[in-house]
Amino acid sequence: MKVDQLSIFLENRAGRLAEVTRILSEAGVNIRALSLADTSDFGILRLIVSDFETAKDKLKENGFTVGRTSVVAVEVPDHPGGLHNILSMLQDSNINVEYMYAFVQQSGDSAVLIFRFDRTDQGIELLQKNGINIVPGEKLYAL
Amino acid sequence: MIYDVQNETLPREEMEQLQLRRLQALCERVYANVPFYKKKFDEKGVKPQDIKTLKDVSLLPFTVKQDLRDQYPFGMFAVPKEQIVRIHSSSGTTGSATVVGYTKRDIENWGKLIARSLVAAGASASDTVHNAYGYGLFTGGLGIHHGCETLGATVVPISGGGTRRQVTLLRDFAPDVITCTPSYALFLAETAMEMGIDVRELPLRIGIFGAEPWTDEMRRAIEKKLGITAIDIYGLSEVMGPGVAIECHEAQDGLHIQEDHFLAETINPETGEPVAPGEEGELVFTTLTKEGIPLIRYRTRDLTVLNPVPCKCGRTTMRMKRVTGRSDDMLIIRGVNVFPSQIESILIETEGLTPHYQLIVEREGNLDTLEVQVEVNESMFSDEIKSLQRVESKVMKNIKEFLGVTAKVKLVEPKAIERSLGKAKRIIDKRKEA
Repeated sequence: MKVDQLSIFLENRAGRLAEVTRILSEAGVNIRALSLADTSDFGILRLIVSDFETAKDKLKENGFTVGRTSVVAVEVPDHPGGLHNILSMLQDSNINVEYMYAFVQQSGDSAVLIFRFDRTDQGIELLQKNGINIVPGEKLYAL
Repeated sequence: MIYDVQNETLPREEMEQLQLRRLQALCERVYANVPFYKKKFDEKGVKPQDIKTLKDVSLLPFTVKQDLRDQYPFGMFAVPKEQIVRIHSSSGTTGSATVVGYTKRDIENWGKLIARSLVAAGASASDTVHNAYGYGLFTGGLGIHHGCETLGATVVPISGGGTRRQVTLLRDFAPDVITCTPSYALFLAETAMEMGIDVRELPLRIGIFGAEPWTDEMRRAIEKKLGITAIDIYGLSEVMGPGVAIECHEAQDGLHIQEDHFLAETINPETGEPVAPGEEGELVFTTLTKEGIPLIRYRTRDLTVLNPVPCKCGRTTMRMKRVTGRSDDMLIIRGVNVFPSQIESILIETEGLTPHYQLIVEREGNLDTLEVQVEVNESMFSDEIKSLQRVESKVMKNIKEFLGVTAKVKLVEPKAIERSLGKAKRIIDKRKEA
C-alpha cells in the first residue's frame, strides 16, 4: 500500500531544480507529484514519479544524492471537513504527520494527498480500518 | 622486507659519519657551483671547511621556497644544463612556479628510494601498481613510475582523472598496490560503489598515499572502505618528490626518512633555532646526494616530531611523525589556530559523514568567519529537513567544543567540491583576496 517517494538533495542556488527536471525529461520520466522543502542553504525535493528506478539511476549518474522514502497516498473526500476528518483520526491514535502534499490529479471524486507518517504501517492500518481509501503505488504512478 | 638492507639499517653512529662526509662534500660543491649559495654562505660568514661535525649544520643558511622562485627557472642548478636529464615543476598555485632539475644519477637514486618505499609499504617485485598520481610536471606520477620499474614491479601508468575508467581497470587488471592522494582514494571507492563494484572484494591490498596532509582517522576510513593497508608517503618536489620518507607496513608508526640522502632537522619556525628532541618543529631538509639542484637546510613548512629510536621493522632510520598540517595551512580564525586536519577528524567522527570538505574563510567587518562545507552522501541523507539540520548543528557543536571557534556548517551537493588531479583543495581564504 506504500508509495516510493524519491528525495533529492539540492543546493539552494539557481538552476539546480531545472537540472533535475532536465535529467528526468531526457529520461522520459513523468513527475506525478512534488514538494520542495528548503532552508536558506539547501532544499530537499520530494517526487512521486512514473518510473522510480530510472529516475533514481539517472540522477545518481549525474552526481545527485538521492533517497527512497515510503509514503502513503490517501484519497481525501473533496468536501469541507474531508481532510480534517482524517487528521483527527491520526491525532487520536498519536500518529504524527511529518509532512504532506497534494497530488495534481483527482482519483474519482476525491483529492489525493501524499502523507509521510512517523509510523507508516500503523498509519495505513488506521486509515483502512476507518474506511479511508488508500491508493496503491502501481495505480498512482500510472494516474 | 627491506630493499636496501645496507643503508636502511646502519647503526646511528655510522649513519652520522656517512651524513657528515656527504654534507662536507655538498658544502664544497654548492659553494663552488651555485652563486646563490656562495653569496648566502659569505653573508653568514661560514665556509665549507667550518663543517666539522654534523651539528655544525646549524651554522649554514636556510633556503626557503621564495629563493627558488627568485632563481626561476634554473638559477639554483648546480651542474651545467647539459647534465640535467629531467625537469619537474610545482604548479605554482600560491605564487610563481618552482623548478627542479635532475641528473641521470639523481633519477637513479630517486628510483631506488621509491623502490625502498614500495618494499617498506609491503609491496614486492611481483606486484602490479596502479599509479594514479598525475603524470607530467608534478613529481608524483613519474617519480612513482620509475621507482616501480626500478623495483621490477608492473606499473599501470593510469595518471589522474577518468575515475570510472580507473575503477574498471582496478577490477580488470587486479593490481596489488594503488598510489594516489588519500582524498582521491576515497573518491574512487565511492565511484566504484556507484558502479556496483566493491573495492574491498578486489585483490588490492596496499595503498600508498601522499601529496596532501591526512589524519589517522582518514587512514582508518580508507582502510575500511577499500579493504587495504594504507601507507603514508612523504616528499616534496623541491627536495626530490615522493619517497623522501615512508611508513613501514610492519609498524605504521612514523615515516622512515631516507637519511643517507636527506639530513633532517626540526626547528622552531619563529626563531629558526633547533627544537629539543621529541618536540614538534618545522621540518628542514638538506639534500646530501642531489646533483641537479642540491638544497641546504630547505624549510618545508611541515610540522613534525623526529624519532631516532630503531623501528620494530628492523630499519634504524630516523622516523618523522606523520604530517597533518603545514605551518602554511594553519588558519587563524579570530586568534584561534585551526588546522584543516582537525576539522577532518571531527567530520570523520560524526556519523555518516565522509571527509570531503572545504573551508571558506572570510572577513565580515573586522570579524573572521569560517564556513565548513561538507558534502552530503547517501548514508546521511534524509527526506526530512530537520535530520539534515541536526547533522549540521552536531558538527558545529563539535567544532566549537574541540577547537573553540564558531563555524557555520553548510551541506553541499557531492563532488561539488573541486578535486583537481585528485588533490583536494581544502581552504579558500577570501581574506587574502581582499
